[in-house]
Amino acid sequence: MHDIKRYLVPDSLDEAVRAAAEGDVTFLAGGTDLMPQTRTGARSFSSTLINLKQVPELRGVSRENGGIRLGALTTVTDVLNDVVLRKAAPVLSQAADHFASDQVRNSATIGGNICNASPAGDMIIPLLLLGAVVELASWNGEAVGTRTMPLEEFFTGPGKTQREPGEILTAIRFPVPGEGFTARFVKFGTRPALDISVVSVGIAGVKENGTLRRVRAAFGAVAPVPVRGRNTEAALEGKLLTSDTIRQASEATQEDISPISDVRASAWYRRELVRTLTTRILNDVSTS
Amino acid sequence: MSVLHSIRFTLNGKPVRASVPVHLSAIDMLRDVLHLTGTKLGCGEGECGACTVIVDGVSVNSCLMFAVDCDGREVITIEGLRTDEGLNPLQKAFVQQGAVQCGFCTPGMIMQGTALLNRRSGMTVEEIRRGIEGNLCRCTGYRKIVDTIASALHETSSEEIS
Repeated sequence: MHDIKRYLVPDSLDEAVRAAAEGDVTFLAGGTDLMPQTRTGARSFSSTLINLKQVPELRGVSRENGGIRLGALTTVTDVLNDVVLRKAAPVLSQAADHFASDQVRNSATIGGNICNASPAGDMIIPLLLLGAVVELASWNGEAVGTRTMPLEEFFTGPGKTQREPGEILTAIRFPVPGEGFTARFVKFGTRPALDISVVSVGIAGVKENGTLRRVRAAFGAVAPVPVRGRNTEAALEGKLLTSDTIRQASEATQEDISPISDVRASAWYRRELVRTLTTRILNDVSTS
Repeated sequence: MSVLHSIRFTLNGKPVRASVPVHLSAIDMLRDVLHLTGTKLGCGEGECGACTVIVDGVSVNSCLMFAVDCDGREVITIEGLRTDEGLNPLQKAFVQQGAVQCGFCTPGMIMQGTALLNRRSGMTVEEIRRGIEGNLCRCTGYRKIVDTIASALHETSSEEIS
């Protein structure tokens, strides 16, 4: 039985982090993961439930210093409809478009999707391609202290992150991609609608004279955490996108991933999917 | 038992107050506390859409929503679609065109259909299919459901024009 002793709805970040500093708290944002996880008993509530929805510092999409800041409470629908994001980072809007269903998109938040730390989290792969950092706030005894961390270092295991118990993920930031930046994200599920990814593959870089530079690759649902594909990146960096390069890069993906077999797919099938989807993405990039 | 929290919100156009355990879902509050049983609980994890309600103009899964998050908001359930003249045009269309088999998914389909109709006119059939991707019909009567929403959409847009 659930036994929450205290329920708080802070209306400032200051108030929220002070309450969080007292310890033993569960945070509520969109609720789309928290509700089913607690209903099934996969997760239990701490003694204090802090509803973050009224904290203004966690809201809104803004442009600042050549970058974009997504407040943690930004819903997936907000991402999908934001005209600034559509122009600056279409790969993120595209991922939002393929996220669960309309009803879930209207509730689920970007901060929640990251803190839930599913290896299959749909918004995470495009954010890795964009070089995102997470912003974390906590009470340092006298004031609100913040730190930032590259998103790729944030995840430590399925459902586990570097976030300390008293910390609140306040925002995700990434630089606005420059001229020539191209990014692709492909999610593969057993049916097109409302499915948890069997695998997802993202590749990005600056395309110039038939080569990709500053390449970033990222893979979802093929390791305990969403992963950067360093070997894939190295196989592509600065090389002419010939069929040989594409074959080598698709082969290199296999060194980046460590999939398991589960109800959705076998490890073997996941490996084949990543190889094939990478080839398809790179063929597409090379001809467009 | 979790601590109780008092909330006030607008439910189907009328102000309501409730005192709910803070872990309670919105659907459990609607059905068990407020006795509005039109909204159905299917999967309980946001896969089936039978529990769809409209909150501040957008559709959400009430099985994934905390009841306390209804505080200060405007909630519409299937019971709230009825007008003084009876069923609303989308409900009538579902009846007239037989877009109902066992009926369990129907409240959710109509709520999501209403959310789509409110959003814009002139949707393609493909866009309607995408729009209800979060609603499952285990009788698999999708064709009539999609056609019915499309026809209601067409009627709504011609009413707007006239």
